[in-house]
Amino acid sequence: MAQPETLADRAAELTPAPIAGTLRGLSDRALAWIFITPTILLLLAINIFPLVWTIRLSFTNYRANRPNAEVRNVGIDHYLSILTDPDIWAAMQATAHFVFWTLLLQTLIGFALAWLIDRRFRGHDVVTTLILIPMMLSPAVVGNFWVFLYQPQMGLFNYAVSFFTGIPPSSFEMIGSVKLAPWAIIIVDTWMWTPYVMLIILAGLRSIPEYLYEAAEVDRASAWRQFWRITVPMVLPFVMLAVLFRGIENFKMFDMVNLLTNGGPGSTTEVASITLKREAFEKWRTGYSSAFAIILFVAVFGLANVYVKALNAVKSR
Amino acid sequence: MSGLTTAHSVVEPSPTTRTLAGAVVLIYALVSLIPLVWIVMTSFKSPPDSISYPPKVVFEPTLEGYCNLFTTRSRQTQDYIDALPSADDLCERIARDRNMVVVSPSNYLPRFLNSLIIAFGSTLVSVVLGVMAAYAFSRFRVPGKDDLLFFILSTRMMPPIAVAIPIYLMYRELGLSDTRLGMILLYSAVNVSLAVWLLKGFIDEIPREYEEAALVDGYTRLQALLKVVLPQATTGIVATAIFCLIFAWNEYAFAVLLTSGEAQTAPPFIPIIIGEGGQDWPAVAAGTTLFLVPILVFTVLLRKHLLRGITFGAVRK
Repeated sequence: MAQPETLADRAAELTPAPIAGTLRGLSDRALAWIFITPTILLLLAINIFPLVWTIRLSFTNYRANRPNAEVRNVGIDHYLSILTDPDIWAAMQATAHFVFWTLLLQTLIGFALAWLIDRRFRGHDVVTTLILIPMMLSPAVVGNFWVFLYQPQMGLFNYAVSFFTGIPPSSFEMIGSVKLAPWAIIIVDTWMWTPYVMLIILAGLRSIPEYLYEAAEVDRASAWRQFWRITVPMVLPFVMLAVLFRGIENFKMFDMVNLLTNGGPGSTTEVASITLKREAFEKWRTGYSSAFAIILFVAVFGLANVYVKALNAVKSR
Repeated sequence: MSGLTTAHSVVEPSPTTRTLAGAVVLIYALVSLIPLVWIVMTSFKSPPDSISYPPKVVFEPTLEGYCNLFTTRSRQTQDYIDALPSADDLCERIARDRNMVVVSPSNYLPRFLNSLIIAFGSTLVSVVLGVMAAYAFSRFRVPGKDDLLFFILSTRMMPPIAVAIPIYLMYRELGLSDTRLGMILLYSAVNVSLAVWLLKGFIDEIPREYEEAALVDGYTRLQALLKVVLPQATTGIVATAIFCLIFAWNEYAFAVLLTSGEAQTAPPFIPIIIGEGGQDWPAVAAGTTLFLVPILVFTVLLRKHLLRGITFGAVRK
């Protein structure tokens, strides 16, 4: 330790020999690695090793339900057929539709709620906690219950729609019809996750320093102008962060959709994760689905990276 | 949410604005809680009441849903039931009214226990590993620190189904399929990324001076960590642990693909609770209610740290 790096190191050099000895016995660097290694090992075993295995499988015709069959190398055939497979493109379209509308609705409603809560009416803490409850619950278990709410004959959702619009409750099926099923999953996701977006945007609104508004007030800027020139730009990085987290999650969406529609009717709500499940665990095309998994991972990773660059650009403005 | 309040606002919102904002937010909160209230109400309905149209808001409460959740029953002839000695058990009496007898306890309790064991086991592993790694990242100079931290975070971007394919094969080889140990390891690996990121944020906030003083007093690094840093980080550690618990408790995708009996948790089990002629909705609602109660308690306990938890520590307030 020629160059003392921290006060602790300097302190160690000034302490009497026996204590310094124990300190040096486990140098900070050694301790750092002892502390980090278990985490890295766990991630290597449960995340990276499987990832490498997936990459290797994606070049073979391996099928997990026939472990003893001969494994042949098929090169990049799977990748080529995935990129030209109309079913896969249909799944990507279903995913894009789901991600786009959930993000749009959650951002708009979440922003409105956050703005209203920031008016700090009496009891706003309690109401905020109430609003947050849906997002803490298991999407699978609660999503499953929405099957019941969407029942055409006795479901509460259909009843409420017919109560307010007069449309007969058994005349439409949220889950069973090709036109409505994509909206059935968008509604449940928006119900669950709007609080998430709201909470992040609320933090953004509360981080805006008061003097900006005071200055605007002095300049006699209208409330409308203050909103667009101060509130919106200051909150934008928070909105983008919320959109990033929700975007990644919804791109991977599996549990709620699996229980609510299982991709149906036909394949109208078959988002990418459902296709992946069908290929991997129903058709047992392990090699093919591994290639699809890799493509999805690269897509999420690539999009997230581009997006984070944009986010940083907005932040540093 | 007192943890979030850093009040601003120049032009204090007028009382009318406040009241109006409060009313709109309250209406949203109440409407968004209807599905949850409906779950609890349905759990106390009899099967015929649960599927009546229009949906029944006023009904005679019964514990039949809970009885059906915890038991399996078989239909018997009236003569057979008449010949039985009188029932002293509530569930047996309810079953006999429907011409059935209780045969055995259902699988709900073992599934619930699995959920508890796996959630607490994986939380313990990820928090212990997380504290060690977070301390190292927070206090020591680790070469390639940012890359390592990003690597840890990026393991969370994989769609669970994509990871499930190789994990399924790996666990089959290792004999970890459908075991609690396998699920604990898997959930630990998923949660450790969250734990490291959150705990690093919490430990960063503890002034270094405390430990440095302890080091000068002759403590070793390890003693300083255990006796100075950990007590200071208690709140952060508890909040992190609750987040890990909630994730493991709610997780569905891995559970449904990798467990079927021995280690199956509640989320894949609840949707497949069926009675005679389809889903037994009061029993499903009862199972859902019992499953959601712990999360409600945790949400209230966590409300000050929710924002941090859901953004991996990116937004702190």
